[in-house]
Amino acid sequence: MNFIEARKLVFEYIRRDEEDNVESILTALDEVDLDVREGEFVAVLGHNGSGKSTLAKHLNVLLAPGGGTLWVDGKDAEDADNLWAIRQSTGMVFQNPDNQIIASVVEEDVAFGPENIGVPTAEILKRVEKSLKSVGMLQYREHSPNRLSGGQKQRVAIAGVMAMEPKCIVLDEPTAMLDPNGRREVLEAVERLNREKGVTVILITHYMEEVTNADRVYVMDNGKVVMQGTPRAIFSQVDTLKSYRLDVPQITLLAYELRKAGLAIPEGILTRQELVEALCRLY
Amino acid sequence: MLRDITIGQYYPADSVIHKLDPRTKLMATLVYILSLFLFRNVAGFAAVTLWLALVIWLSKVPFGYMVRGLKAVVIILLITVLFNLFLTPGETLVSFWKLRITEEGLKNAAFMAVRLIYLILGSSILTLTTTPNQLTDGLEKSLKPLNKIHVPVHEIAMMMSIALRFIPILIEETDKIMKAQLARGADFESGNLVKKAKEMVPLLVPLFISAFRRANDLALAMEARCYHGGEGRTKMKPLKYKHVDFLVYLAAAGYFMAVILLRRLW
Amino acid sequence: MSIILDKVNYVYSEKTAYEIHALKDVSLKINDGEFIGIIGHTGSGKSTLIQHLNGLVKASSGGIYYNGQDIDDDDYNRKELRSKVGLVFQYPEHQLFETTVFADVCFGPKNQGLSRKQSELKAFTALRSVRLPEDYWYRSPFELSGGQKRRAAIAGVLAMEPEVLVLDEPTAGLDPKGRDEILDLVAKLHKERRMTVILVSHSMEDVAKYVGRLIVMNRGSVMYDGTPAEVFAHYQELEEVGLAAPQVTYLMHELRGRGIPANGTATTLEEAKQSILQAFSEKR
Repeated sequence: MNFIEARKLVFEYIRRDEEDNVESILTALDEVDLDVREGEFVAVLGHNGSGKSTLAKHLNVLLAPGGGTLWVDGKDAEDADNLWAIRQSTGMVFQNPDNQIIASVVEEDVAFGPENIGVPTAEILKRVEKSLKSVGMLQYREHSPNRLSGGQKQRVAIAGVMAMEPKCIVLDEPTAMLDPNGRREVLEAVERLNREKGVTVILITHYMEEVTNADRVYVMDNGKVVMQGTPRAIFSQVDTLKSYRLDVPQITLLAYELRKAGLAIPEGILTRQELVEALCRLY
Repeated sequence: MLRDITIGQYYPADSVIHKLDPRTKLMATLVYILSLFLFRNVAGFAAVTLWLALVIWLSKVPFGYMVRGLKAVVIILLITVLFNLFLTPGETLVSFWKLRITEEGLKNAAFMAVRLIYLILGSSILTLTTTPNQLTDGLEKSLKPLNKIHVPVHEIAMMMSIALRFIPILIEETDKIMKAQLARGADFESGNLVKKAKEMVPLLVPLFISAFRRANDLALAMEARCYHGGEGRTKMKPLKYKHVDFLVYLAAAGYFMAVILLRRLW
Repeated sequence: MSIILDKVNYVYSEKTAYEIHALKDVSLKINDGEFIGIIGHTGSGKSTLIQHLNGLVKASSGGIYYNGQDIDDDDYNRKELRSKVGLVFQYPEHQLFETTVFADVCFGPKNQGLSRKQSELKAFTALRSVRLPEDYWYRSPFELSGGQKRRAAIAGVLAMEPEVLVLDEPTAGLDPKGRDEILDLVAKLHKERRMTVILVSHSMEDVAKYVGRLIVMNRGSVMYDGTPAEVFAHYQELEEVGLAAPQVTYLMHELRGRGIPANGTATTLEEAKQSILQAFSEKR
């Protein structure tokens, strides 16, 4: 069984008026199927309001499925007894760095998760040190989060999740509020955790540059999964992506335009290096 | 500006006082505050001063830094002193126009000023040498017996520490919203009280909305990290008394007795 | 008509442990009708700089002149300046507060002392120009999507009919389509209304595509000031301070390194495409 298996997952936001009559129904998830193997790096793309954040919140059981089934780490998400076990095995990082740091000192914040699940004192200290080290923030352990940059705050948030020793991290637009340097810092930290510690990563984003290294990409629109495949396969379909309010990285777009203009460049160029090689072969 | 407030800020240093258990510091501060209202003569004043000086010296917090915290209360201080100076009945020393200064007034004003200054200095030592989290930990553990009468001590402590974390963020946010509305021609200064209150709407509405959004986000983030109240929680740094804490308890008790004795002596 | 900054300095929390010299001897001339981009990493002083332009922050030293008048003069009308230099802050939708979008957009004109009718007229024009569909005008701002809220907030500044429009990262947090929509809107305002536009951005690709002049801020000083092509020719120096050039600029340099005569000054996708196609056609 896969680490995450969602079958026909449905979730509706129902708005009721004062007499409890249904005023409107917004289908945020519409029969979504999702499969993630242990150790994979999966990206979920989609414009604002496409349902990707709603999906993320299901993986951590912050929302309960309105229909369909969801199994995380071999456990049924609908069974209330599995709640804490699932939240411990799939950690979650949110968009706004300020709104997920609870403590006024970095290391105390990282300790928050382990404290909640009752890890013994000596073990907490070890975990805090290890996870701060894994995101390169150990030298800031006694700092106040208020004086850190956005990228550093997000790394502290990731360390806070890592200290619970999860098998998987779900990151819900972790870079949306950061500048380019902060984005790079966070992405590098996430990729390293995936590569070196074998942590399963589910990255939700609308920055196309961030998904080129993913194993697989899901594209969501209107609560449905509308595309899935390797980054190369997805980025070959420039026009389809644009119809979902998305874009491709500038280099991919240039390669696509040159191809349209008649140069025999292969489809789905992802990096600058690939385009240089392709053009040199043609020249 | 809003950012210049030093009261309640932590000053990192490596001192005996910093390393004390927060419960000890809370107790000692309480004893100290009581003593401020007990002394009534120069000998008592000397004892209190000595004790305060000793603690400041031990804390390794620069005296100048501490004094800056007094700026915020200068006005209150002045008003108190003036009231005591002019409104205490007794033997007149000087008098001009309708005002007169009495010997008792002078004494009262001096003691009152000292009391207030010492009160602020003393309690700022507590916040300067104790991180907000240690402080709330200390409160939580000291007040634990109240749990038996169904006071949600853990929840109150958690709320306090979250408030401390978000106060600077909300102050910054206030500054930002204010500037943004000024850029749209808002005016927060002119006009009478009613007009002023009305002018606060463009500031307060966005601020409340933002605070609610943050609270909502934070609640989700806490749940995602398995927070479910105080039950079954462990601590990374559980509070534990050391030998020095007992010494401080003894010293504080001794100091308190001394102040009471000095009150009787003269 | 112009804005002139003469050796402007700004120091935060002067004479304390947290003293920061946010602007150092910044001298600039911003001409009427220019489309200027400002780049620089977080803390480079770019946000502080733009808050000087409408007098929200007062320079510690140096002079700022709007149309030849010193804005720090005691009798200068700074309130009027704020409506002439419209400043759109980061995440401007966080400042919406009225019960309807339309009422919120009226806030600026009302503060200018206009009558209700005049204010509504201005709000009407502003909402039209940001292309917010009329269905949304009388709804609560909080029912709108992220991109719509952002446009409503920009309309709130436009309704004051500023001569200069300054935007601090107007695309932050939006999805790709939303980003394009906002930037196209800004470009349209510049073109059709001949408005002076100053755009603070983190995206090198965006500034290269839209602006005519690019100012690079680093540690409180102006590091470069020129056309995008001129500025991005210094891509190595930009990298040293944690910035970069657009991806296509790197590509062009790499192609040249491999013997393809591509145009090294190309900064936009269109320029790069033309240059590569030309190199290929000349070879044949």
